Amino acid sequence: MTEYNFAYLDEQTKRMIRRAILKGLAIPGYQVPFASREMPMPYGWGTGGVQVSAAVLTPEDTFKVIDQGADDTTNAVSIRTFFERTAGVNTTTTTSDASVIQTRHRIPEEPLSAGQILVYQVPIPEPLRFLEPRESETRKMHSLEEYGLMHVKLYEDISHHGHIATSYAYPVKVEGRYVMDPSPIPKFDNPKLGDMAAVQLFGAGREQRIYALPPYTQVVSLDFDDHPFEASKAGHPCGMCGAIDSYLDELIIDDAGGRMFVCSDTDYCEARQAAGHMGKDNGGKDAA
Amino acid sequence: MQAQTLSGGFADPATQSAHAFRCVMEAMARPGTLHDISGAKPPAPLSPAAGAVLLTLCDTETPVYLAGDANCDAVRSWLAFHTGAPLVGPSHCQFAVGTWHATAPLSAYPIGTSEYPDRSATLIVECPELIDIGAVLTGPGIQDKAALSLPDVAAFQSNHALFPLGLDFIFTSGDRLAALPRSTEVTSCM
Repeated sequence: MTEYNFAYLDEQTKRMIRRAILKGLAIPGYQVPFASREMPMPYGWGTGGVQVSAAVLTPEDTFKVIDQGADDTTNAVSIRTFFERTAGVNTTTTTSDASVIQTRHRIPEEPLSAGQILVYQVPIPEPLRFLEPRESETRKMHSLEEYGLMHVKLYEDISHHGHIATSYAYPVKVEGRYVMDPSPIPKFDNPKLGDMAAVQLFGAGREQRIYALPPYTQVVSLDFDDHPFEASKAGHPCGMCGAIDSYLDELIIDDAGGRMFVCSDTDYCEARQAAGHMGKDNGGKDAA
Repeated sequence: MQAQTLSGGFADPATQSAHAFRCVMEAMARPGTLHDISGAKPPAPLSPAAGAVLLTLCDTETPVYLAGDANCDAVRSWLAFHTGAPLVGPSHCQFAVGTWHATAPLSAYPIGTSEYPDRSATLIVECPELIDIGAVLTGPGIQDKAALSLPDVAAFQSNHALFPLGLDFIFTSGDRLAALPRSTEVTSCM
């Protein structure tokens, strides 16, 4: 640990990131450009989230990392170890014990509290990027609040599929002003973005953008009067813990088409199992 | 004189600035909440809180405007030694420090552009006292409503009307600090 400055980054870099975080909090949903650094991991592995975490961590923090809800996947394990070694912080897998949670593509099932900070890893921060590739144009569209194109995209979904088929990275409007990409979280998680007690920070390393949602911010998923937004999930209970309210992953378990659905939030699932809840693939008394 | 210039910074910059930043961030994320911030001993007339904010956020990349009494030899040399921040006038600053009267008029500061609203100044306003009674605040970061002893109301209302452009404020008094981003709606207590 002594070989590195606290939390790996040098102080000048942290000041630059901290200034961007403050402007992001002052203008909710607006993407603040920042001078993203090269990190000792490739782009696409959460370099934006890691830089934001490095800028907010204090030695007293307890740090949790999840990747698609899981604490035990490669990305989560390596980032957790990275901060254990460079910042000397305590780490945990228990959502309620963590003061800073870095996440890839999920919001924990357990509601977060006021003392917590949720840091998202963001691949493409610009919600309009796949509709308009030019940064000069998307910037103008944000400044003019010109979001008609996004509604056209959702409308085309309806005309092709009969419903809004966008299931993740579902665009939201923040405080009636900026359209924001909530990162590729499933749209099941969208309702948790608004009015959350915790501070939410978003870091995109390759794209060099930071944005933020202060607590209790109004966040509305875009939709139409006749096609209202719907937070969807697989229509099954969790095979391991029997939960019917959590977001599920589908696992293929054999070559004969067998499958099971399990909570993507491993901490939530394990806590429920520890409390005695068992799903149909796990002893089964809570089987639906 | 020189001893005063060289002392009063963070003894352990990495962890002290991390703690100080969390105070500032919590204040900016939850407008109107009061936070104690420590670690800096800047020369008068700067308060310890204002000094800690400057040490945490300013460096050679951030032009600073010292308004009124804050623009004295002792503060200039202290800031130069500890941060290296260039000193400029209000129209080009990223941070400004001073009392409410010294920092006026607000029209002098950059409020950002419609494409880059983040390119706006943050004002560190030194207040004689800072309590959670006074103007009523609503907006992002505030669950229901908050209250803060603001030096003015109309000025912050017209600043909010510029949203997403506008200035952000950090109020300091002794060891205490609170913040008011441009997104907060301000109404007088009556």
